[in-house]
Amino acid sequence: MVEYQNIYLTLSAILFTIGCGGVITRKNAIVVFLCIEIMLGAVNLAFVTFSRANSSPEGIFMVMCIMAVAAAEAAVGLAIFVLLYRKTGSINIDKFNLLKW
Amino acid sequence: MFDYVWLIPTLPLIGVLVNGLFGRRIEKANKSIIHWIACGSVGLAFFVTLTIFVQMLRLEPDKRFYDYIWFTWMESGEFSVPMGFQIDPISMFMCMFVTGVGFLIHIYSIGYMWHDEHDEGTYFRYFTYLNLFMLCMIILVLADNFLLMFLGWEGVGLCSYLLIAFWFSTKEFAIAGKKAFITNRIGDFFFAIGMLLLIVNLGKHGIWSIKYADVFSHASLLSPDLITLICILFFLGCTAKSAQIPLYVWLPDAMAGPTPVSALIHAATMVTAGVYFVARCNILYSMSPLALQIVAIVGGMTAFFAATIALTHNDIKKVLAYSTVSQLGYMFLGLGVGAFTAGLFHVLTHSFFKALLFMCSGCVIHAMSGEQDMRYMGGLRKKMPVTFYTMVIATLAIIGFPGFSGFFSKDEILWKAFSSPGGNFMLWLMGVLAAAMTAFYMFRLIFMTFFNECRASEEVKKHIHEAPKSMTVPLMILAFLSVVGGYIGIPKSLGGSNLVEHFLEPVMGLGDGKLFQDATGTAIMHGAETAGHHSYTLEYILMVITTFIVLGGIFTAYMMYMKNRTIPEKLAAKNPLLYRLLLNKWYIDELYEWNVIKPLHTFSIFLWKITDAMIIDGLVNKTAQFFMWCGSMLRHIQTGYVQRYAVTFVAGTVAIVMYYVFLLYI
Repeated sequence: MVEYQNIYLTLSAILFTIGCGGVITRKNAIVVFLCIEIMLGAVNLAFVTFSRANSSPEGIFMVMCIMAVAAAEAAVGLAIFVLLYRKTGSINIDKFNLLKW
Repeated sequence: MFDYVWLIPTLPLIGVLVNGLFGRRIEKANKSIIHWIACGSVGLAFFVTLTIFVQMLRLEPDKRFYDYIWFTWMESGEFSVPMGFQIDPISMFMCMFVTGVGFLIHIYSIGYMWHDEHDEGTYFRYFTYLNLFMLCMIILVLADNFLLMFLGWEGVGLCSYLLIAFWFSTKEFAIAGKKAFITNRIGDFFFAIGMLLLIVNLGKHGIWSIKYADVFSHASLLSPDLITLICILFFLGCTAKSAQIPLYVWLPDAMAGPTPVSALIHAATMVTAGVYFVARCNILYSMSPLALQIVAIVGGMTAFFAATIALTHNDIKKVLAYSTVSQLGYMFLGLGVGAFTAGLFHVLTHSFFKALLFMCSGCVIHAMSGEQDMRYMGGLRKKMPVTFYTMVIATLAIIGFPGFSGFFSKDEILWKAFSSPGGNFMLWLMGVLAAAMTAFYMFRLIFMTFFNECRASEEVKKHIHEAPKSMTVPLMILAFLSVVGGYIGIPKSLGGSNLVEHFLEPVMGLGDGKLFQDATGTAIMHGAETAGHHSYTLEYILMVITTFIVLGGIFTAYMMYMKNRTIPEKLAAKNPLLYRLLLNKWYIDELYEWNVIKPLHTFSIFLWKITDAMIIDGLVNKTAQFFMWCGSMLRHIQTGYVQRYAVTFVAGTVAIVMYYVFLLYI
């Protein structure tokens, strides 16, 4: 019982770290976006694992919510990138520092 | 009828409100309505005062006290101040001539101000101020507590400022107004401190009231030193208001205002407020021989010095101004030697003849097209007979010529200065010398103005005319009063019964030299009156001496300004130093300029440039700059790159997680 949980949770942690590293280091906005999706996937995996271990439905319910939000977020995010590309001809996020003082 | 006392201040208030708020429109519609409102309100106030006064005379002397409380003015814990008016002999005595002389001068003002074309709208402004002054002066004399009196006290100061600087478009007039106001402010500062000391120290004994009656009946609770201090602080306030050394400098400059104002405010009523106040507080002052001594010395010195200055001046109003200062000195001399009734009696007679003198000088100035220098006058006797005769009567009254009002009041003061326990030979001598000089400079004024040839230019000569009726009738009434005003106070030695003294006796119960006590509490003085009964001979001798000295003054003036008019020049040439000293008013103004105003000015500039601009502003600005610098450093964190924010975010999360993990394994 304990073993398979460890495996899944380790996988989740690895995926999360990969996603996190990608978000921090990659310059292409779409790749960054993909990395965020990887992080969300890692979290979902952890939820499902705990849900199954505790044989309670809340974790699975939470995963459903996250997937719905992720879908909506993907739509909005991609729309922003398309517009950014149209305006500036680039989606390299190092070029955008509009939040600066 | 006593319950209608609130009408006395309310009537002028109505005048102020109507003329002040709608005056501009009324003046455009019909100019004469303004003076009807103004004079009418003061006239009615005089009528109400007269009725109350007559009713009071019908009562027994010891029942002539009534406290009318209109409403509570302010209340704070146990301390409360009523808006109350006190009817007693002294307040009615003052109120009678304040409203009476005020009414006459209001009427006189109609003729004087009618043709004033300095600015548009001066007419209603003038009468509004004059009514406001009457309101404040009435409050001052009728108030039943110190604070309400102080309200009137400040109010008359304000009106004085407004009226001195009435033609404010002329710079010197505006400066004169400012000088009067600031000098009075200095005195008021001390006055206010004295009042606060009184409130706090009576409060310590549980007397949370500053009504006269409460204060005077509980004054014995206070220590003698404290009373002396309070009295001296009050007297400093009076020196400013009543133009005594050292704060008299504003009064001569106050002549910048219209002449009726000089007559009303700076001769007859406002400047006597200090005398009234000291007389009102006679119980406090009687408890402090030192304070009384100071009052007497300051009064005597002022009477003397002001008279010396008046000797050489050529401006007709300036001479009268210094004469006012000198006469006020007499009053304080009287108060200081414990003769409170004599001082108040002189206030009354002085208000008649000094108002008359100023009004006559106003007629002269009016006729001379604004010329005030006596060197360019002369020969007006034939052209202005009414003015001439009334002015001669006033002059005889002021110099104390036997039979005129000034003789009785001035003689009373001089006699008390000599004979009463608080007085001495030096005080008497100063008074007599001042009387001699008064005779000299007043007759010099008369001779230079009304006799010999006219020295004015041809242009001015054509316009010389007698003043209109509205101006001459008040003159005649006042001339009548200047003569008979003294007969209500003929001293016992001359066969009179001194009605003034009898009338004022209830309020002077403890004053008039009856309560001089030394530290051990034994009565060491038995009052001037008792001493006087035994020595009529001495009183007669002094009276004759004074009269001869006065006649000598007149004769000298006659010799110098009628017979041989080269003497003054020769004298001036022989004693250039003394002449210049007198002409420049003993250089007192310059002395103040260099010793007080200049250092104060320098100090103010220091406070402005160094303390305010550098230290205070610098501190505030530097604090702001420090935080701005911090912000400019910190803002570099905000790079705007999303990924840097993400790094910070992750680092923070990792740190928190590590912290809890660390806690878990410890």
